[in-house]
Amino acid sequence: MVKSNARRGVVAASGVVGLSLVLAACGGSDDEGGGGTTDAADVDCTPFEKYTEEYGDLEGTEVTIYSTITPPEDQTHIESYVGFEECTGVDVVYESSDEFEAQLQVRIQGGNPPDIAYLPQPGLLRTIVQDTGAPVPAPPGVEANVDKYFSPDWKQYGTVDGTFYAAPLGSNVKSFVWYSPTAFESNGYEVPETWDDMMALSDQIVQDGGVPWCQGIASGDATGWPATDFIEDIVLRTAGPEVYDQWYRHEIPFNDPRIVDAVNQAGEILKNPDYVNGGFGDVSSIATTDVNQAGLPILEEQCYLHRAASFYAPNWPEGTEIAEDGDVFAFYLPSINPEHGNPVLGAGEFTVAFDDRPEVMAFQEYVSSAEWANTKAELGGWVSANNGVDLANYQDPISRLSAELLQDKEAVFRFDASDLMPGDVGAGSFWTGMVDWITGASTEEVLTQIEDNWPE
Amino acid sequence: MSTVKTTPEVREGWDGAAAASPSARARKRLTSPGASIAAVVIAVLWTLPTFGLLLSSFRPEEDIKGNGWWNWFTDPELTLESYNEVLFGSTTQLSTYVVNSVVITVPSVVIPVVLALLAAYAFAWMKFPFRNTLFVAVFALQIVPIQVALIPLLQIFVDTGLNGTFWPLWIAHSVFALPLAVYLLHNFMSDIPAELVEAARVDGAGHVKIFRAIMLPLVLPAIAAFGVFQFLWVWNDLLVALTFAGSTSDVAPLTARIAELVGTRGTEWHLLSAGAFVSMLVPVIVFVTMQRFFVRGLLAGSVKG
Repeated sequence: MVKSNARRGVVAASGVVGLSLVLAACGGSDDEGGGGTTDAADVDCTPFEKYTEEYGDLEGTEVTIYSTITPPEDQTHIESYVGFEECTGVDVVYESSDEFEAQLQVRIQGGNPPDIAYLPQPGLLRTIVQDTGAPVPAPPGVEANVDKYFSPDWKQYGTVDGTFYAAPLGSNVKSFVWYSPTAFESNGYEVPETWDDMMALSDQIVQDGGVPWCQGIASGDATGWPATDFIEDIVLRTAGPEVYDQWYRHEIPFNDPRIVDAVNQAGEILKNPDYVNGGFGDVSSIATTDVNQAGLPILEEQCYLHRAASFYAPNWPEGTEIAEDGDVFAFYLPSINPEHGNPVLGAGEFTVAFDDRPEVMAFQEYVSSAEWANTKAELGGWVSANNGVDLANYQDPISRLSAELLQDKEAVFRFDASDLMPGDVGAGSFWTGMVDWITGASTEEVLTQIEDNWPE
Repeated sequence: MSTVKTTPEVREGWDGAAAASPSARARKRLTSPGASIAAVVIAVLWTLPTFGLLLSSFRPEEDIKGNGWWNWFTDPELTLESYNEVLFGSTTQLSTYVVNSVVITVPSVVIPVVLALLAAYAFAWMKFPFRNTLFVAVFALQIVPIQVALIPLLQIFVDTGLNGTFWPLWIAHSVFALPLAVYLLHNFMSDIPAELVEAARVDGAGHVKIFRAIMLPLVLPAIAAFGVFQFLWVWNDLLVALTFAGSTSDVAPLTARIAELVGTRGTEWHLLSAGAFVSMLVPVIVFVTMQRFFVRGLLAGSVKG
């Protein structure tokens, strides 16, 4: 106890020093300091004491982060570290790049890896561990947090060959259908609870003279990925999670009859000329419609349903109210076969460390904790699969709905399969195959082609 | 476009007397109304995308995302919103990146030019063993693609502790520029009549004097031409900058910031047109002010057989 009190004194003192430096930088006016928002005394340092107790004095150290989360979304990340920085004295240097995947490998091979990288794909973690061996296994504190706050599925995605490396960070949910509550209300449509209801609703919209669905899969050199998500969602619903796991691990062929069935079921929507593509044109226009634009006709009632992930939210024009009774909202893509429960397709980032200095371990432990996840959730526009987050802390309805699905014990969560497959398929032939499929190729033809392309 | 203007001027000096020579005929054809119209059409076609980009950069977000720039003519609405977001939207001021870009670019142009001038003089006018072999070796280095050198270079910079400063960028850009610079300037210098150099030598000038009084003034167009090339290359570079400087604002150039404008999931792509024009500004100024040298330098280089 004495020791920790002494520490607290040091921390408080350093806080005062830091504050006075801030004041000096601001011109030294006492009035300014009194009203300043960066007042160190405002931050309650009690939750952070355990890090200095466990890892020792961290004052003056630095942790570098490398991430795919670029501006403007990076701001809330940087803000969420402020408490940790002020109370432990660790300087967290955040860096992000659109070229993350390539640059991370260059840096590792160049001997200059970041302390912690936020990997967007478990497949990349596996590649890096097996090719370079650079990541260090997660420290016990991180593993304890993950065991406590995350489902075993999530831990599994951060594990390579039995060693646990990477704790989940943020998450997103892909099993959503966006719609307009106002349009639904004025037309007397109900949010469908089952797959059959959804198809009946689509038929009703057609009868009313509308086009129910709008989708788009154009995304620069990643064109095709939104369709892979659609297919994965259906595979989970018709064939079930076990087959899904075998599928992405290639324990069954890519063109297994059950996968063919699932793709055909997706085709009942995506390749149905009556159902698509509201606001854009015919079926083939799906291939040329930009993924970020694809849902916007909902606002004009040119279409009514748009399957997209939770992160579609920022695409709605400024001023669009995203809420259950607002301009747009999303419902859970209904399950098809009750046997397989309620599958949730999603993705997320993982923190992997390349160094085991105490401050790096402390930071990795902090961002796997419920304290951090709650802080981050309060800053908005972000979801975690962390069960320790109080749903009330999510600032917007779509984040809260996503978190509800992720925390739902009944739900069966599966990670985006194309992120788990080898890159040649998951970021290659699967994407291009979907474009061929949309533009007219048959299901068997496309799936067989992808199967033939699977690397040995 | 500038070549269109300059080429006839050059030809004038050549063909004035012989009216029936092939070059005169060609000149006549090139200045005919039909050719002029063709030139104008080509110029318009080539400028159109840039014009569309410029127009897009001033359109409101919904318009950019909703339809093509040509719709502006039926629905004219202009705003500085995109520029505002590009210039002031980030927590790090854009000026930081502009300053970084200048700090990276200027030494990355000056260092290779200075070194290449000295090397080119030696290769052109000094006699030493293995001169030709060495020259071919230097020239051959041009073949080494920049990508294969990135990781080994990074290892060296990390080992020497230079990483995270501007030094890796200056060194890398200089290293990659030197083979071409040496080759280019060598060709210019060996073009200078030997009589001039010998006359200077008879008058008692040493290598330093010859270099300063004869070579430098005469190869100035070549220096300017290469300078503009190198300036544009370094200013627009993203690969070298990302590898050695990363995207932190301490040392990251403007291109790194522009590349990040679109946001994590590409939702902010409407900012790209404005970003492109902001980053274009400095190179355009440099090019416009130095284009006379640039064109002259290009032609002078091509004469050497």
